[in-house]
Amino acid sequence: MKALSIRNLTKQYDNGFQALSGIDLDVAAGDFFALLGPNGAGKSTTIGIITGLVNKTGGSVEVYGYNTDTQINEAKRCIGLVPQEFNFNVFEPVREVVINQAGYYGISRREAAKRAEFYLKKLDLWDKRDGNSRELSGGMKRRLMIARALVHQPKLLILDEPTAGVDIEIRRSMWEFIQDINKQEGITIILTTHYLEEAEAMCRNVAIINGGRIVENGRVSELLSRAMSETFVLDVEDEGNQDELVLPDYTINAREPGRLEIEVPKSQPLNRLFEELTQKNIRVQSLRNKTNRLEAFFLNLVKTKH
Amino acid sequence: MWLAENIVAFRTIVIKEIMRFVRIWVQTLVPPAINAFLYMVIFGTLIGSQIENMSGHPYIEYIVPGIIMMSVITNSYGNVVSSFYSTKFQRNIEELLISPVSNFTILAGYVAGGVARGFTVGALVALVSLLFTDLQVHSFIHMLLIMFLTSTLFSLGGFINAVFARSFDDISIIPNFVLTPLTYLGGIFYSISILPAFWQKVSLVNPVLYMINGFRLGVLGESDIPVSVSYLVILAFIGVLGYWAMWLLRHGVGIRT
Repeated sequence: MKALSIRNLTKQYDNGFQALSGIDLDVAAGDFFALLGPNGAGKSTTIGIITGLVNKTGGSVEVYGYNTDTQINEAKRCIGLVPQEFNFNVFEPVREVVINQAGYYGISRREAAKRAEFYLKKLDLWDKRDGNSRELSGGMKRRLMIARALVHQPKLLILDEPTAGVDIEIRRSMWEFIQDINKQEGITIILTTHYLEEAEAMCRNVAIINGGRIVENGRVSELLSRAMSETFVLDVEDEGNQDELVLPDYTINAREPGRLEIEVPKSQPLNRLFEELTQKNIRVQSLRNKTNRLEAFFLNLVKTKH
Repeated sequence: MWLAENIVAFRTIVIKEIMRFVRIWVQTLVPPAINAFLYMVIFGTLIGSQIENMSGHPYIEYIVPGIIMMSVITNSYGNVVSSFYSTKFQRNIEELLISPVSNFTILAGYVAGGVARGFTVGALVALVSLLFTDLQVHSFIHMLLIMFLTSTLFSLGGFINAVFARSFDDISIIPNFVLTPLTYLGGIFYSISILPAFWQKVSLVNPVLYMINGFRLGVLGESDIPVSVSYLVILAFIGVLGYWAMWLLRHGVGIRT
């Protein structure tokens, strides 16, 4: 079953800007899917069209089999959206924001109140329920938007850069929550983010959009296997002369006492690097991957397609 | 199922709208009551005592229905234009647009919010008027029906204004430069029978005249216009503005890109 099926989707704005130039995209039900791309690539336009906020110019969108041209209400019932910017009424109490959203989906006030309590508790906002939503911190506002998006129990949750500007602790707890609902409740997740390590860590499939076109689409693991190189930071015990170190098959990006930063081509096994360093009396004590692999792949892709 | 869901959605919008103007009652409910009080003191009591009867009624009694209607008109319009524009401005219109609520429900919800504010303010102004005169009601049906239809009409007007508005300045242009002159020239303070024949005919172009006179008929049993004409004019305007508002929503003008 496909959660989302997009065919030849195009969008030209009134000012003539061609935001989308024929996108095809499928997302399987239950997937944790990343939609990545640089600013202005067309991610938010795509999300806007799926959710009914933007009028498309051409093509078709189906959400859980419901065509958005002919069965828009059925499609909308399947979707929950956490937008990029705070878009709730900041003068409304926290609980009202969630209850009202449920009401727009035809959920009775009594049932909406129960669900609001459930999600606000799950997202640690219950203590703030009667306060004005404008008084919440940035992280709390993000969580409020997640609670609001879930209150009608959608099958597909779209998160448009939900962790932008959120500190790392809250970001982690938000991701745990999102991963839980994906695994336990089977809610399909579509995520756009600028934190590519998040996409790499959590998403099973990814599409990269650039210039209004899908330039890559597949399993995260497959895309990563095509990354050309990785950069490692090595803590070393230097008994040789590190300053004069030359490694013909590798690029040394930085060197300082006790530390080397080396770019390793995919074609070269790490063992060989260790052997060469040992031959030159440099013993590796520890190493860590410096670059996020998906980020490197993404930057390379976006650069080459431009 | 679809109807039941939309009834819930309608109730949600109406409750939200009522809570909004009640929450800020100092801005929404007190000023019209004070304005009406001042009108009645200055025009009704101070100046009005120097004026002979108007159409057979003491002057204060004559102007009270007009002042109530003026409050209903400006508050119905103001409620919807400011609320819907704020919804656009803060982008919480997206909450509605992503949900399966129908365009008619959205429009009806906001209009009902405007009508609720119009009736609340109308009731407050009527209470204020009791300090100055005994408010005799000739026909509750005409009074309430004309008030309801007029409030609906101006709520629709406020909605359309909000759809086109791109700044807070845009939501004050129509009330200041169109509504206020039409209301003042719509027979709040005078009967058009005292005007020269030419200006009587010009006054008939003003739609607000039909609303104020229709309402005055309900309160005093006195009108410059046959009440059936008042109903026809108001219903015709509701039809046109209602169709226009629905067209704007269907095409996403001002709310979808």
